[in-house]
Amino acid sequence: MQQNTPLTANVSALPTTPARAARRPLPIGRLILSLVFYLTIGFFLVNLIAMVSTVVIDSFGTSWFKTALPPEFTLHWYTDLTAEHDLTLLLGNTFIVALATTLTALAVGFPAAYVLARKQFRLKAPLTLLFLLPMLTPPLVYGIPVATLIIRLALGGTLFGVILINMIPIVPFVIFVLMPFIEQVDPSLESASRMLGAGRFRTFTRIVLPLVVPGLLTAGVLALVRTFAAFELTYLVATTGGSQTLAVALYGDASGAGIRPHQFVNAMAVIYMLMTMSLVVVALFFVKPTQFVVRIKNR
Amino acid sequence: MLKTTLSAPRPRTGLETLVLLLPALLLVLAIFIAPFLFGLNLSLHTGYRGEGAATLTNYTQFFSDPYLVDSISITFQVALPVTLFTLFISVPLAYFMRRGIRFERGITTLLILPLTLGNVMVAESMLMYFGRQGWFNQALQSVGLIRQPLVLVHNWFGVELALFIQNFPFVFLMILGYLSGINPDLERASRMLGASQWRTFRRVILPLALPGIAIAFCLNFVANFSVFPSAVLVGRPDDQTRVLSVMAWRSTYEQNNPPLGTAIALTMGVIELLVVACVLWGRSRLARGATLGGGKGA
Repeated sequence: MQQNTPLTANVSALPTTPARAARRPLPIGRLILSLVFYLTIGFFLVNLIAMVSTVVIDSFGTSWFKTALPPEFTLHWYTDLTAEHDLTLLLGNTFIVALATTLTALAVGFPAAYVLARKQFRLKAPLTLLFLLPMLTPPLVYGIPVATLIIRLALGGTLFGVILINMIPIVPFVIFVLMPFIEQVDPSLESASRMLGAGRFRTFTRIVLPLVVPGLLTAGVLALVRTFAAFELTYLVATTGGSQTLAVALYGDASGAGIRPHQFVNAMAVIYMLMTMSLVVVALFFVKPTQFVVRIKNR
Repeated sequence: MLKTTLSAPRPRTGLETLVLLLPALLLVLAIFIAPFLFGLNLSLHTGYRGEGAATLTNYTQFFSDPYLVDSISITFQVALPVTLFTLFISVPLAYFMRRGIRFERGITTLLILPLTLGNVMVAESMLMYFGRQGWFNQALQSVGLIRQPLVLVHNWFGVELALFIQNFPFVFLMILGYLSGINPDLERASRMLGASQWRTFRRVILPLALPGIAIAFCLNFVANFSVFPSAVLVGRPDDQTRVLSVMAWRSTYEQNNPPLGTAIALTMGVIELLVVACVLWGRSRLARGATLGGGKGA
């Protein structure tokens, strides 16, 4: 896709030759359309930013009613927060779960993605469907039976259980993100390496792996961001405080809104947001924003 | 092709395929399929641990109790309008943006914000911003558009709004991918043959994009149908937004009845997969029609 194409280049407005069409001034209809487009997207984005800002401002405010800004600012919601939540534990749990899930998913998903992208074999279609199924099923549908089983196996409230349940959507996700990257690597490179005497393993580690590194990075970074913000599945298994992640603790605070002041909940939200945002900033060094959305082949 | 003739014969290729696939396959079987079967079996029993002979008690209880079974229609009332609305907004916007626009990188970066924040965070920030005394109502009142603050959260509308904010970027970016993949020559040809912009959109672009739009609909519908944190945080989980996932969660964890909760979860899965199957079936018929009309560019 072209990026930052000037608007005038799009205007093949009339069925004349392209050269003449490009030199025409911007037609009024096109101008109105651009205006509507930027206003709609702008309205959405402005509200989004304002939404996030209110949370940040409120977390530093004393009390905030009917005014544009809180009358006084304070830090004491954050001191309350550190007193009531073991933030180091929550943060540690979140990172352990996200990293362990992502790395396992990559290790398991990469060979599978390689086979699905390269080989033709019987049962390929049903296998692809099997890997697609966890992505097409809502998390709570399989989450409840899986969590019941995990709790029954005495793994409820353990990080291992949380990692296990989070792997269900992430393994297929990694496979489908990796497949197009593997398809791009020319198979004749592998054949050449084999013909020059390299073994299967050597060809894989010296030819295929280096060429797929961008794909592994993309899949890894996206999986990391996803598990970091994952809520439902972790919530079902993290039955004790010791295995909670940031998102689950935030939900716990928010759903018990009557008990906790909203500034307290919002201070927690700010901590959570700082973490996800910094992760996303790092992620954007490796992937384009549009890659956050998986595209299933349009056939 | 040259590539195929070059590749050397591989004697153990079947075995290799199997070995490479095995880890992922075993994992999916162990953590997805097996628990699913366990859940199916559990839903056919009663009691906390599910002892005794198999019975349909949980399913008959679900379908005969109006309080429980009504959540099916409630879920549809929550999921369907917002899914259609999101598509309705996304398609024209993506159509406009299909050849790239100014500030594209900036816009797409901001758009992924709700995707990365997660649904709990989106709902939590809505409570402040769209609340009675939030900035949104303050702004509308100060311009004089409304007298009384609008009630935008803790009701059906709050959930619709949360789902829209959460999923619009996803649907928009996905449809943008499909639309920008359509060969621009087809559009140019249609215009050259005298069709208007609107007619070109309706007769050329839309038929080619419909399979992609159908996929976007499915993924969006699946997400909206299983709404959980937003339904509790910005909805009214006792009546207006008493969706299936809330009922499944309550039965399992609040009433300590995992068999009933699992039965509700599985029912939800079956309904949702039926809808997806219907859409995909329609899509396959459409796709056949579209290929007759001409190829699709890279």
